Amino acid sequence: MRALFLLPLAFASTPALADEAKLQLKPGAGLEQTVNNCGACHSLDYVVMNSGFLNEKGWDGEVNKMIKVFGANIDEVDAKAIKAYLSSNYGK
Amino acid sequence: MVSRRALMAGSLSLAASLSLAASRALADQLTLPRRLAPGVARSAELASLAGKRPLIRLSHRPPNYETPISYFDGPITPNDAFFIRYHLADIPVVDPAKWRLTVSGGAAPLTLSLDDLKQFPSVEIAAVCQCSGNRRGLSDPHVAGVEWGYGAMGCARWKGARLKDVLAKAGVPNNAIEVVMNGADGPVLDKTPDFVKSLPLWKAMDENTLIAYEMNGEPLLHFNGAPARVIAPGWTATYWMKHITELAFSEKPFDGFWMAKAYRVPIGLFPSIDRFVTQENAANAPITEIMVNSLITAPADGVQLSRGPVRISGLAWDSGRGIVRVEISTDRGASWREAKLGEDVGRFGFRAFSFEAEAAAGSLTILSRASNSAGQSQVAKALWNPAGYHHNVYNSVTVSLA
Repeated sequence: MRALFLLPLAFASTPALADEAKLQLKPGAGLEQTVNNCGACHSLDYVVMNSGFLNEKGWDGEVNKMIKVFGANIDEVDAKAIKAYLSSNYGK
Repeated sequence: MVSRRALMAGSLSLAASLSLAASRALADQLTLPRRLAPGVARSAELASLAGKRPLIRLSHRPPNYETPISYFDGPITPNDAFFIRYHLADIPVVDPAKWRLTVSGGAAPLTLSLDDLKQFPSVEIAAVCQCSGNRRGLSDPHVAGVEWGYGAMGCARWKGARLKDVLAKAGVPNNAIEVVMNGADGPVLDKTPDFVKSLPLWKAMDENTLIAYEMNGEPLLHFNGAPARVIAPGWTATYWMKHITELAFSEKPFDGFWMAKAYRVPIGLFPSIDRFVTQENAANAPITEIMVNSLITAPADGVQLSRGPVRISGLAWDSGRGIVRVEISTDRGASWREAKLGEDVGRFGFRAFSFEAEAAAGSLTILSRASNSAGQSQVAKALWNPAGYHHNVYNSVTVSLA
C-alpha cells in the first residue's frame, strides 16, 4: 500500500504530471481513498469522463472490476468508501 | 505491488505541458459531440503531447487523445494529428538501437534488430487504424470506458516488413493456429493483465499484415508505437500491437485477458466476414474487421452558414472490401443522392467524398451513408453492445442557414 501512495510523488516532477495534478475531484468523504487507490494506476479524469450515467450499482461494478480483473490492491474498507464517494459525487 | 518499471516512469517526461492560459484558449475552441456522456465536457481538453498538435485529451495517464474532426482533411491523416490510445500506463520510450523483436515457437528462435527488420522487402500500405471503441461515447445507453467521440481513428501510409516474411524466417510450425503479440508497454501493477493479443495464423500470414517502422514517410512517433508496430489492415486497432517486441507461435487459442475477456462482441450481431474462429465461444466472438462507416468532416455540426449551396465533404472507410458508394440525405433519410468519391489511396484507406446540397434558410440536417463492395452499409440505428464497439450509424450533422 505504501508504494501506491508514493507513486504520484514519484511522478510529480514531470511536466505531464504537473498538468495531471491540476485535476481536482470534488471534495467529500472517500476522496482520499479514491485519489490514492484509483490514481495509482490511472489519472482521475477517467472518473469525471465516466460521470453522470453510472448509478450506485454501476460504480460498484467498476470498482469491483478494478480489483478482480485488473488486480488493484484495494482493501474492503477503502473499496466501500470509494464506491460511496463515486456514486454520490459522480453518479447518475 | 507496484512494478519496478512503473516507478522508473521515464516516458512521461516526453509529454509537453501547456500553460494554464494556453489551455483555456484551446478549451474555447473545443466542441464535442452533443451525445457524449455529460462528464466528457467537464474533463476533455485540447492538449499537446510530443510531436502532436493539440488533440482532444480524454485521459492523461494512460494517454488517450482523439483527433478533432476538423483535422481530417483528406484521405491521409498527418502524423501530428494521429490519435493516441493506451490501456496501461507503463510506457517506456524504446531506444531504436537497442530494440529487439523476438519470435519464439518456430523452427528456431529468431531475434531481429531494427536494421535486420529493414532488410526484409519493404511494403507501403495506406490503411485505417481505428480503435474498436471509436464513438463509444455515443452509445445509448452509455457504456463505461474511454468515452471516444469520432476521432479515435486515422489513415496513414504504413511502411514495413511483411509479418509473414518474418514468421517464415522463424519457421512456421505445422501445428500453429495463432500468433501471439506483445509490446514493450505494460501495466503499472504486476497483477494487471499485460496487453497481449493474438492473430489467427491466416491473418498473420496475410500479405497486407506488416510490422511497420514508418508512417507517412517518417519513423513512427513514440505515441503511435515506435520503433515498430503491427499493422493489420481491415481489422480494428486492438490487433495493431504498438512497440512490438515479442511474437510467438501458438498451437492453442491464446487465453490472455485481452483476448478471452475483452474486445468481444455478441455472436451474430455484426455482419463480419472475417472471423477469428479459434477464439469464438457460444456467446461472443473477438472483434475482427472494421464496419463500413463514414464521417462528415465539413461543415461542422452546429455551425451557422450563409444561404446558398452547402459544400459537404467527408471520409468513408471499411474493412478493405472497398467503398463503392457514399450517399447523402438532407430529408432525414427519406431520399438519398450519391456523393462524388475522391482519390483512391487503396482499399484499406479512407475514401474522401464530396457533395453540394441546395438548401433553404433554416435548419439543415445532413446524413451520410457509406456502402462497400460486399453489399454492407451503415446502419440507421446503432447495434448496442456491452463494450460499445463498432458504432457505425449514419453520420449526422445539423447546420443552420441564415
